[in-house]
Amino acid sequence: MTETLGTTGLILNEPLLWNKGCKGRSGFSMPRRDVDVADLDTELVGSGPDFPDLSEVDLVRHYTRLSTWNFGVDTGMYPLGSCTMKYNPKTNERQCQLAGFATAHPLLPPELAQGALSLLYNLGQYLAEITGMDAVSLQPAAGAHGELAGMLLIFAYHRSKGAQRSKIIIPDTAHGTNPASATLCGYRSVPVKSGPNGVLEAEAIAAVMDEETAGIMVTNPNTLGLFEHNIREITDIIHAKGGLVYCDGANMNAVMGIVDMKMIGIDVLHLNLHKTFSTPHGGGGPGSGPVCVHKKLEPFLPVPRVVKVADAYELSEEYPESIGKLDTFHGHFGVMVRAYSYILSLGPGGLKRVSQLAVLNANYIKEHLKGTYHLPHDKPCMHECVFSDRNQAVHKVTTLDIAKRLMDYGFHPPTVYFPLVVAGAIMVEPTETESKEDIDSFIDAMKQIDREARENPELLYEAPHHSKVRRLDEVTAARKPCLAG
Amino acid sequence: MKEINQLNLPDNLHYAEDHEWAQKDGENIRVGIDDYAQDQLGDIVFVELPQTGDKLAKGDVFGTVESVKAVSELFMPIGGEVIAINKNLEESPELVNTSPYADGWMIDVKPTNAAELESLMTKEAYLEMLKGL
Amino acid sequence: MRYLPHTKEDVDAMLATVGVGNLDDLFATIPKDCCCRLDMDLPEAKTEWELNDHMDNLAAHMAVTPEYKVYLGAGSYDHFVPAAARYVLSRGEFVTSYTPYQPEISQGTLQAIYEYQTLASRLMGTEVATASHYDGSTALAEALLMAIRITGKKRVALSATVHPLHRRVVRTYFDPPGYDLIELPYLADGRTDFDVIDTLDDLAAVAVQSPNFFGCIEDLKSAANRAHAKDALLVASFTEPLAYGLLKSPGSLDADVVCGEGQSLGLPRSFGGPGLGMLGSRMKFVRSLPGRLVGRTKDIDGRNGFVLTLATREQHIRREKATSNICTNNSLCATTAAVYMASLGGTGFRELSQLNHDKAEYLKGQLAQAGFSAPFTGPTFNEFVIRFPDDFDDIYHRLLNKKIIAGLPLAKYYPELSDCTLLCVTETATREDMDDLVKEVQS
Repeated sequence: MTETLGTTGLILNEPLLWNKGCKGRSGFSMPRRDVDVADLDTELVGSGPDFPDLSEVDLVRHYTRLSTWNFGVDTGMYPLGSCTMKYNPKTNERQCQLAGFATAHPLLPPELAQGALSLLYNLGQYLAEITGMDAVSLQPAAGAHGELAGMLLIFAYHRSKGAQRSKIIIPDTAHGTNPASATLCGYRSVPVKSGPNGVLEAEAIAAVMDEETAGIMVTNPNTLGLFEHNIREITDIIHAKGGLVYCDGANMNAVMGIVDMKMIGIDVLHLNLHKTFSTPHGGGGPGSGPVCVHKKLEPFLPVPRVVKVADAYELSEEYPESIGKLDTFHGHFGVMVRAYSYILSLGPGGLKRVSQLAVLNANYIKEHLKGTYHLPHDKPCMHECVFSDRNQAVHKVTTLDIAKRLMDYGFHPPTVYFPLVVAGAIMVEPTETESKEDIDSFIDAMKQIDREARENPELLYEAPHHSKVRRLDEVTAARKPCLAG
Repeated sequence: MKEINQLNLPDNLHYAEDHEWAQKDGENIRVGIDDYAQDQLGDIVFVELPQTGDKLAKGDVFGTVESVKAVSELFMPIGGEVIAINKNLEESPELVNTSPYADGWMIDVKPTNAAELESLMTKEAYLEMLKGL
Repeated sequence: MRYLPHTKEDVDAMLATVGVGNLDDLFATIPKDCCCRLDMDLPEAKTEWELNDHMDNLAAHMAVTPEYKVYLGAGSYDHFVPAAARYVLSRGEFVTSYTPYQPEISQGTLQAIYEYQTLASRLMGTEVATASHYDGSTALAEALLMAIRITGKKRVALSATVHPLHRRVVRTYFDPPGYDLIELPYLADGRTDFDVIDTLDDLAAVAVQSPNFFGCIEDLKSAANRAHAKDALLVASFTEPLAYGLLKSPGSLDADVVCGEGQSLGLPRSFGGPGLGMLGSRMKFVRSLPGRLVGRTKDIDGRNGFVLTLATREQHIRREKATSNICTNNSLCATTAAVYMASLGGTGFRELSQLNHDKAEYLKGQLAQAGFSAPFTGPTFNEFVIRFPDDFDDIYHRLLNKKIIAGLPLAKYYPELSDCTLLCVTETATREDMDDLVKEVQS
């Protein structure tokens, strides 16, 4: 019997928190009371929240069991396209837990927070250096938040020129956050189709660009894993009519030490520290989405900004044209500490090698699987490649079935049904931290699944078989939502 | 998904390009979405309808229909005032899947221009259009 | 490098498969005029041990306990976090997993977030709570945008006692769409003056924070009545959720939307982030809620399970018509909050909340006896404003030299209170510390 990576095993069920415990139990060491009870107007006093009482053992078993139902990067390969699920270095955790960082109040007098301010200042410098841009704000708390920041910066720029524009060009391959962020700023999205080669064509952009258009939101490399090779011509077209170019930098992992974003005409770019810069995804966050800008947008950056005065760091709000503030304090500092540690651990040569190996891994998978899975664009890709389920559709097997069956083989599925321009898209991004043998294992699993599609498709329609739960009823969950217990 | 020849498309209805159907019901016109639409959408989880009294033109969005993974807008096949909405769809959106022409009806409209009904497609014309898609 | 497993042999074999001679050739499709970032001016790679030294040095240049006594709150609070809670949250399956879009292998995250949603809604007194937002300020901005969507009106009344930095963020979000923000002033007792509401028309929402920035407990029921009289929603926010171990929940006082900062619930202050944006509302507004929602369901074999649901509100489906652009939220922070609430339990949460209140009252009382008045006389929770007579800067800096950070000077945020500071006392301050503070202030 051949052993696959995915296997069965004993994991335990675990009830909901409020179905456990017993009134009067405690999992917390109550601090010593050294003051008297003070009165509070009884009109204001409530009965306290209805939380279950659990012991420390209840708590630890509960969450330990829950964790065993999850698949993480620490478990196995997680080739989710557009998410850059690279290994999360453990030394980064040690650094952000240092008491000087973890327990620091954000509004300390700056002279008493020099460690944090130094880190913020230098991280901004490093990100500017990596991208080629002029200035950075670390405030946005996630990629979509960075996109909003970009939109607000563009809005402020046009307003300062006395011209309010109403539209923004968004390619059909864009991530859903792009048009959603544009809307938050009051911009109407003008869609534009990518060309037959999967990249944007200058003529298509020129056809829609006018003086009512604030600019364009591009993703480069794009969501098909291709470098937008017409980018310089496109950015020239936008700039010629006074517009600005926003770049979704989610795919930065492909081009560190290779592409200069400012040189290709980008005016504002966001980065995802939880993608390119190795900070963990945490089951859906927290992330961090700094924006890097061309100097023409620098006056509009959020405040406060960290400035260096002689050898010390200060916080300055002396930016009258600033768009304002995006979070309460400085952004996700704890996430920034991890990204900073990562950049220092890799150094310039290491970061470039990250991009080279990420692109190598993706192209290797593309070459091995293109005979088995339909590849809409058979040409060199960047750090991710997009297949479709067209070859398997003849057996009535869909992308969904393939994804679900991969779980049984011990892999997290790739991104599915995105980008929208490829029907049944399967977007594979291995990242650079996967070894050749793990990638070979993934390729074998994908080929085996294709064989199953031909010989035994029932296995796929009913997959997954080995996970804690099988396919879930999402229809009832949406028709009759049960969102709290 | 159904093949075109498997679709249930009653003869006596008028069909719009966006897959709504319209049926004369006395003075008023009843509107819903057809078998092709409900089949394409899959299990419907939510239907958003306008308020009674709303006045909308032909081609205006009168609501949305949602499956788990997609949202589609609903377009007025004829212009007029919305005089009734199918309140059962709030609790049971699946009626649109199981009975798109009867229990899954969506709105009743008092038309502003009766001629607009005639400009919609017959079943045959609609089938031709579907084949071209 | 230990995160890059490829050996030379691996790379050679893979390059051969791909059909190129070397790694640089992989980028041949990129036009030459786009490639210039070849020599990045960054520090050379550090070993793990050099990195530790570097970071230890940076962290040492920060004023933290125990060397300093820090009486700062103002939206970021010092609370004890049990070792057991930290331990379970360090498990790689929680930390290194992604958003649970493939629910069959993400039930850990999904049940943890469903539990968080439940406990959060019980704390806030709402029927539903989302899976979290970035922080209290963005949760407030999203709550107000939600009220604008629901009512179709474009004006919001925001109390001056809402955290000044939260108000700044709201202004940033409101700027491009041009929504109207009216400020409600505060009264001599430190609470919001609601009379202005009666003069306003076309109001989408009234937003009040309780306990407010001054630590004062607001009359949310009154605020709700006034807002509803104008067909507006009451958005009740908070920065210190621990208060609701003792106080009546905002939901029970008729707030329609409740939002705030959840950092107190087991998250380290971490120089201000990541925090936890909490948001909840009445069930009838669920389809207008921004952010992710986890729902309960069954699998094909009838087992109980959880999935992300009502996703048609979100950006990946609704795109430009989404209720928000939010994608990544603060999932691990929400899980942390659930672990913290579970470790305290209902009994412990109330006890800890009472202790916070009592500690702050002790300090307030001692300062009063020493002749330092609190300008706002109404009830407070674990923060309060104190006036330093005579030279404020002199006293504040003298204390700083003694390694006591005596609260947040208010001059920057409320010029009319330039001789005042906002002091915060939680369960982490001992009676001895507080007596010491009083002694130093007096000398």
